[in-house]
Parts: sequence; C-alpha cells; structure tokens
Amino acid sequence: MDNIIKVGMADLNIVKHSGIITTLGLGSCVGIVLYDKVCKMGGLAHIMLPCSTQVKNNSNKAKFADTGILELVRLMESEGAKKSNMVAKLAGGAQMFNFAHALELMNIGQRNVIASKEVLKSLNIPVIAEDTGGNYGRTIELHTDDGMLYIKTVGYGVKKI
Amino acid sequence: MTKAIEELNDMQLDVLKEIGNIGAGNAVTALSKLINKKVNMTVPKVQIVDFKSLPDILGGADNQVVGILLRIKGDIQGYIMFILEKKYSCILLNLLMDKNLTDTSELSEIDISALKEIGNILAGSYLSSLSSLTGLKVLSSIPDMTIDMAGAILSFPAIEFGKVGDSVLFIETEFMENNYAVVGDFFLIPDVESYDTLLRALGVEN
Repeated sequence: MDNIIKVGMADLNIVKHSGIITTLGLGSCVGIVLYDKVCKMGGLAHIMLPCSTQVKNNSNKAKFADTGILELVRLMESEGAKKSNMVAKLAGGAQMFNFAHALELMNIGQRNVIASKEVLKSLNIPVIAEDTGGNYGRTIELHTDDGMLYIKTVGYGVKKI
Repeated sequence: MTKAIEELNDMQLDVLKEIGNIGAGNAVTALSKLINKKVNMTVPKVQIVDFKSLPDILGGADNQVVGILLRIKGDIQGYIMFILEKKYSCILLNLLMDKNLTDTSELSEIDISALKEIGNILAGSYLSSLSSLTGLKVLSSIPDMTIDMAGAILSFPAIEFGKVGDSVLFIETEFMENNYAVVGDFFLIPDVESYDTLLRALGVEN
C-alpha cells in the first residue's frame, strides 16, 4: 500500500519513498513540488501569494512562495534530503475568471509562478518541468518512485510531467 | 488599521451576519419573481473557516462546482462570488427554463447566460441590501462564470482574504421550491482597503 499524503491550501508537507503526495484543486495558487532524486523524497507546497513581506499577517509560512519554499527545503533537509539533489516542478497559477483587471498589471496566478521561480533560482534548485497558466483548475500528484508529476484537470485530461 | 476576519469582534460579526440574512432574503425574493414560484429559505448560516478546511464544505477540493463572480465598484471595492453545486445549478435552470437537465455538461449557451443572470440577480439583491444598510454606493460588474474544481474556484476568494488573514467569511443559503432544495454560498470579498470603509459605514468600527 502506497502512503498518500494530502496537502491543503496554504499548506506544505513531505513524503518518503515510495509514497505519493498530492494537492487538490489548484487554481491561482501554485503547487511547488520538490524531489530529491537520490533519496527519492518528495515535498509539496501549495502557496497562495507571491511574497510574505507585502502582507501584514504572514505567520503561516506555507501561504507564500518565498517563505513556503524555504520551509519546504528546510523540512526535507531535516529528514535527510540534500538541496543539491533536488529538482522542482510547478503547476497551477491559473486565472480562474476572465475579468480584465485594468488595475492589476499581472494576474495573481502569474505572479505566484514568477515568484516561485525566483525563489527556486536563488536556492539553485532547477525547475525541470511546469504546467502553469490557463483558466482551469489542476489536481496534482507526485510519485516518489520516479519523480513524475501527474496533473488532472476538468476537461483538459491528465498530463504527466 | 485593517482587520482580518478572525480579528473582528462579535458585534462586528453580527452586523455582517445580519447583512447576510437580509441580503439572502432579498435574493430569494428576486429568485421567486424570476421563476414565478414561491421560494422559501432557511436562515442563512454565516461561517468563518480557515483555508485548509474551506474546500471540504463544498464536497472536497476536486468536486466540480459552478462559480459566478462579479466585481464590486463604488464606495467599496472587491468581489462578490456565488457558488453552486452542479446539481443545484441544473435544478435552478430546470425551474427557470422548464428543462430537464441532469448535468452541467449539457448546458447550452442560453443556459449558461441564464445561470449568469441568476448569479447576477442574487448578487445584485445582496449588494442592494448592503447598500441600503450602509448608505454606501455599491455597484456590480457583469458576471463571469466558470465550472471547475471547488478548490480552484475558491482560490480566488481565498487569495483575496489571504492578504489580510487565514480565513474566509461566507454565507450559506438554502432555498426551497416545493420538492427542490438548492444550497448556494455567497462570498463577499472586500478589497483590503474596503474593510474599514464597510465597518465604519456600519457604525461598528472600534
């Protein structure tokens, strides 16, 4: 029996080989998946906002790309993973509604994706695959066997990256 | 000082709940006129839930729901969102259009625009009670609608509320027409700056 870990909105967790880690219904939020190729450990953060410093109430680290990714790396390292062995995959960052936001230069989903990439770059963790943008939700599932990320959608089928 | 929803005191919450009650009441009256049948409602439940448990209320994060979103302009800025389970949107359309829909995959263009209009009317009557209680000028945009996973649709209000706190305020309303019961959820999503305007207008800012 594979061990399946569920991660909620503004939440993060890790899973050891040969478990599965999943988060359901990513919209404008971004799911950042880290995978240590050597010890086959997986981690997932479901972040909602790009940056913790722009918000007053920032005690929940998993809510933001900057603090969420750092916390996920720290948690994985404390369980024996190595940053230098990690690769990242991203999913989500959709724009669920098509309003033309005259005031917002970029939609929040896109900003979440960009912020996540910047944080990963600063940590030297390569982003090897992504399925981001669009206007639909995604459910993602990381398999620690092979590091594959399965992406399920409503009406856009299942993808494997 | 901008407050997160979880920092509001009981008095402030009661006022928001009362707006929910009156707004939902007006919405049901509007719905009743629309389908030309008597519609009853239960007392709306106003709930504050944290992000993690939010999708569970709508049957799980990957349960498919219909989300209708309108932008609020005027003295307060923000959004109002109306969420319906797929089966309930079919029931509403069947009542309104005299149809026999069983799944939202069967929706035609006309059905979709009727559903948007229902959202428009319900949200509009909610906003008009907000407006008359507060004396604030509140206008809404044309509605946008999507059918997708509950978690994905809810990410929209969650992110807006997330800028100030870790939970979301919403109002669950149940309407009934003869043998049919329809449950819908309203989310009033004021922009960060509009919380204070709203509470001040309600006379409950401390």
